[in-house]
Amino acid sequence: MSSTTSAATSIELKWELPQRGHVGMLSLIAAELAIFTIFVVAYLFYIGKSLTGPFPKDVLELPIFATICLLSSSATIHFAVKALQNGKVRAFGTWWFATMALGFIFLVETGREWHHLIYEKGLTISTNLFGTTYYSLVGLHAFHVTVGLICLGITMILTLLGKVKQSHSDRVDVFSLYWHFVDVVWIVVFTVVYVIGR
Amino acid sequence: MASESIALATVQEVPRPIGSVLHDWVVTVDHKKLGILYILYALVFLVIGGIEATIMRIQLIVPHNNFVSPQVFNRMFTMHGTTMIFFVAMPILFGFGNYLIPLMIGARDMAFPRLNAWSFWLTAFGGLLLYFSFVGANGLYGAGNAPDVGWFAYAPLTSNAFSVGHSTDFWTLGLLVSGFGSIGTAINILTTIVCMRCPGITLGKMPLLVWLNLVMAAMVLLAISPLTAAQMMLSLDRFLGAHFFDTQAGGSAVMWMHFFWIFGHPEVYVLVIPAFAFASEIIPVFSRKPIFGYPVMVAATIAIGFVGFSVWAHHMFTVGMNPYANSFFTITTMVIGVPTGIKIFNWIGTMWGGKIRFATPMLFCIAFLFQFLIAGLTGIMLAASPFDWQLGNSYFVVAHFHYVIVGAILFTLFGAFYYWFPKMSGRMYNESLGKLHFWLFLIGFHLTFDSMHIPGLLGMPRRIYTYEPGRGWDFWNLICTIGVFFQILGTAVFVGNLLWSLFKGKAAGNDPWDAWTLEWSTSSPPVEYNFAQIPVVRSRRPLWDIKHPEDPDWKYE
Repeated sequence: MSSTTSAATSIELKWELPQRGHVGMLSLIAAELAIFTIFVVAYLFYIGKSLTGPFPKDVLELPIFATICLLSSSATIHFAVKALQNGKVRAFGTWWFATMALGFIFLVETGREWHHLIYEKGLTISTNLFGTTYYSLVGLHAFHVTVGLICLGITMILTLLGKVKQSHSDRVDVFSLYWHFVDVVWIVVFTVVYVIGR
Repeated sequence: MASESIALATVQEVPRPIGSVLHDWVVTVDHKKLGILYILYALVFLVIGGIEATIMRIQLIVPHNNFVSPQVFNRMFTMHGTTMIFFVAMPILFGFGNYLIPLMIGARDMAFPRLNAWSFWLTAFGGLLLYFSFVGANGLYGAGNAPDVGWFAYAPLTSNAFSVGHSTDFWTLGLLVSGFGSIGTAINILTTIVCMRCPGITLGKMPLLVWLNLVMAAMVLLAISPLTAAQMMLSLDRFLGAHFFDTQAGGSAVMWMHFFWIFGHPEVYVLVIPAFAFASEIIPVFSRKPIFGYPVMVAATIAIGFVGFSVWAHHMFTVGMNPYANSFFTITTMVIGVPTGIKIFNWIGTMWGGKIRFATPMLFCIAFLFQFLIAGLTGIMLAASPFDWQLGNSYFVVAHFHYVIVGAILFTLFGAFYYWFPKMSGRMYNESLGKLHFWLFLIGFHLTFDSMHIPGLLGMPRRIYTYEPGRGWDFWNLICTIGVFFQILGTAVFVGNLLWSLFKGKAAGNDPWDAWTLEWSTSSPPVEYNFAQIPVVRSRRPLWDIKHPEDPDWKYE
């Protein structure tokens, strides 16, 4: 063994593998993508197959404001991660809070839309196939936004308590992957539900 | 490196009270303990699923038998299928993966030890939830007991109208929960292999078991998730009145079939690829040759991983798809036979000219080669959609997939048990009992599943609780059931052998097989931190390099 040790150290020195946080999160995203794919396929397949109304073209309005909020939160979280990587914890906190706020506005807008659909248009998950696929797909996405907001909130509290340091930038970077993923999924959901399906 | 870890391992543990030991096992995040927990948990369910199969075979031993009622028979085949796939095969393969992968890549644990524990307990509670249905599924309606909708639970049988009570809900939730566990484990295995390899183990130097588990983990991520999504939809249908699979409201029952089999067929490869992995480790060691065609084996596995996702609708030929879909899925199903065939040639190439030792693990792997070949051939037959129209949903199909799952997966699993038992327990098993197990099980397997093909060809449909005499099915069903008792006997010998060897077997030493992968450089059983010093690897057979410094592998790779 000792004969190979000296030769082996050169292998050891340049041995570098990807960070497990990133690989783990990307794997989770792959699995989530498969789940969303099934719901999107179901949505696309059932477009126009509802036997009774209300139909999408009668009740859906483009959620432009919510979309702008959610998509711009991808930018703010990116700035937050960059700030923490450069050791600017205060700037990180500000950007992080902005991300939270934008995500929260998106969720409130979704809630308002659902309230409108349920109480004014009479569309529930059991009304027709449109209701079934709409609430499950948008709801699945909103659930992911909610989980993201909880994670954002916990990190925010830790930041306010002064526990977040520059050394944690890898971890918030891993979370930002999830948040970007949620945003990208929204682009797909938006296209499918509000553009193709309407 | 090897000698140091051996020296550290000889430290003896002081006996501790049983409560403290149990507490250790419950709160453990050690990949080896979790691996063993997975395996033990799966063995318990193997016995339960086996009892369910036995009940079915006793019912079918003669025509017009009244051993169980039709209702109980329905529950038995549903629970047998669900148990064997989700609570035996998956956890037992995850268990071996958990145990072996970090050891084989020179890591001290998995990438996410706590996620590992979380995944195991989710899987465990999923199984408990499913079996709780036997006592808890009556629901408000007093109907139902265990799930009885078949393991693929086609719509609209699962709708509230036809599946009253909560038995189907227990099935759905049990699989949903264990599905999250499987996804967690897959993330963990994938990340471990990508990020935790010790210096020198490049992708081209990973042991084949690690490579195959990497492909398996990637497939789990993409295959279990559709099932999870479909189970969510089914729950929405049943609890909130959604209409995904409700044909009355315009929903599609065929949609469920697609979603289920997009999971269901890749799942077969998720199960069989780790079986290939065991064969790819055991056959070289017992042939005293390195694996033949390592890069081709890797490429074939990845090809199976890709093509495996485009064959699912061959389960649906009898549903009535259009000719283009039938042709497409016939062709892809036949194409996937190519990389699988390449693997068989590679294993034979490994044995060719080797100095073969016919120890128990090798016997199981040789039987696997023959049986998997036959399973593949009946698979090619069923891939032809016109042939499938005749035999879809018959006992021929049942015989075919049991040839894969028992003849290939269970046989290599038994081989893996005997091969790694000395590492996990530190003791050798009894070789004569091992051989007795092999022959009993081989005879039982062939009596049961060879004879199952014939009534299928004669038109016996699956899932019938009894049949008329005089159709030429009687004799074959009798033989089929007789085979079951040989299998039970073999399994009893297996369990007895392992239990006896655990306490009375002779000490195994670190490397009883003169093998070549890193797990054999640790003590048996390995210490909690696996390696006192992280090893450095220069070839696919690091232990060969250590044992033969005058002729190391890395000079040729």
